[in-house]
Amino acid sequence: MTPHLIISSVHLWLHGRPYSITQGETMTTKYTPDHEWINVEGQEAATVGITQHAQDALGDVVFVELPEPGRTLKRGDVAGVIESVKAAADLYMPVSGEILEVNEALRADPSLANSDPMGHGWFFKVRVTDMSEFEQLIDAPAYEKLVKNA
Amino acid sequence: MSATVLQKTPLHALHLELGAKMVAFAGYDMPVSYPEGILAEHRHCRESAALFDVSHMGQLCLAGDGAAPALESLIPVDIIGLAVGRQRYGFFTSASGGILDDLMITRRERDWFVVVNAACKHADLEHLSTHVGRRCTVRPLPDRALLALQGPKAVNVLARLDPVLSNSVFMTGVNATLAGAECFVTRSGYTGEDGFEISVRASDAEALARALLDSTEVRPAGLGARDTLRLEAGLCLYGHDISDVTTPVEAGLTWAIPRVRRAGGARAGGYPGADVIEAQWARGADTRRVGLIGQERVPVREGALIVDARGDKLGQVTSGTLAPTLNRPIAMAYLAASHASPDQDVYAQVRGKNHPMRVSAMPFVPHRYVRA
Repeated sequence: MTPHLIISSVHLWLHGRPYSITQGETMTTKYTPDHEWINVEGQEAATVGITQHAQDALGDVVFVELPEPGRTLKRGDVAGVIESVKAAADLYMPVSGEILEVNEALRADPSLANSDPMGHGWFFKVRVTDMSEFEQLIDAPAYEKLVKNA
Repeated sequence: MSATVLQKTPLHALHLELGAKMVAFAGYDMPVSYPEGILAEHRHCRESAALFDVSHMGQLCLAGDGAAPALESLIPVDIIGLAVGRQRYGFFTSASGGILDDLMITRRERDWFVVVNAACKHADLEHLSTHVGRRCTVRPLPDRALLALQGPKAVNVLARLDPVLSNSVFMTGVNATLAGAECFVTRSGYTGEDGFEISVRASDAEALARALLDSTEVRPAGLGARDTLRLEAGLCLYGHDISDVTTPVEAGLTWAIPRVRRAGGARAGGYPGADVIEAQWARGADTRRVGLIGQERVPVREGALIVDARGDKLGQVTSGTLAPTLNRPIAMAYLAASHASPDQDVYAQVRGKNHPMRVSAMPFVPHRYVRA
């Protein structure tokens, strides 16, 4: 006698609530319209996670499926899955590259994606194949605008 | 996006004020969760008391001398023998033995009070008007809100407002005055916990909700927590776990059909599909609703296929989530009778992989109803 709300994409849950992006280095962090962030730390190795807005839209994250280290994936490929109590969303590759490392702490405690999405709740590290793909992603002000207008 | 304008319950403004995430459900703009989130709301209900707005559900009453036999002609429950103040779970059946809706019926002094599912309420009303509209009065109650206060401390909160509720027991209903509002309160719910459902005039609903939320024990909970709570309690969700193509036998709900309405009983049959249901009951159903507990952490959702060790299909999941109380995936599924008994090992297909699950008795989390 109640609801059942499974969605296939984070998009459906967006409510257009604005968030300030706390990441300091806007030059090294970019965002995707799929509400992921990617931070290039140098040597073309980048860290990928979901945004504050994405974690809020999903609600309590209870399960993550992470990509296999060593695999090479193309931009837009499904790299993993994020499941909250009510929703399942795909995690996409923001850029093409080789998976170097995944966050085992997040696998053990998926709630890190809620409590610290831009920090300890990161998903995986990737060796970026083509830095021009990174450059094409949107910067913090553009992402914030996208969230506000969602 | 649908262009349909969503209906609002009398508590809509309060939900927004409390910061709820709103979703469309059964034509209503409803709170799926509040800022604390589904897990916290779920736990608060198991530990203390949670307030749910379920005003989208259909409330109606049937009156007149013909009402009880009229209801019995549509529902396989003992309504004629129901004492004043007693409540029963039941369902409307179809001619083919399927379930048209499940519902709660309470006998009051002057009428029978019925609560039906939101998505079915218009069809239910038409069903009643068509089949028994000439034998009794069928009156919808659109001017009433329905609040559910659920959890082990719900009784403390309500007994402070009206002591009459401290004496009530599971599956009974009584008139009460709560924070100045006249209410009809049943001790029942959809969480597996002790708790109450409060029918109140729409115009009194917000003041009552605020009074309940003022109690230290009470926090608001949305439809998201309501769903995880009812699934842990093994309670069916209409349109998912039961529907017009599942019979009470397949759904494992024959416990709701009392002896007097079963074959050999004084008022056996006499409801739509009785012959189909009785025959299947005697023979045994080929598929049955079961509970499943995941042996891995991956949540198994509605629609997932269930297969045996060889990969042959056994059935399909109708509801599933990660159970907050058990911290494990749980699901309901319809499985071939060969695999529908407890402790059978089966596999759920999720994203192309087989994940082991075990058939489990329900409820997954023990009920804590307060019985006489």
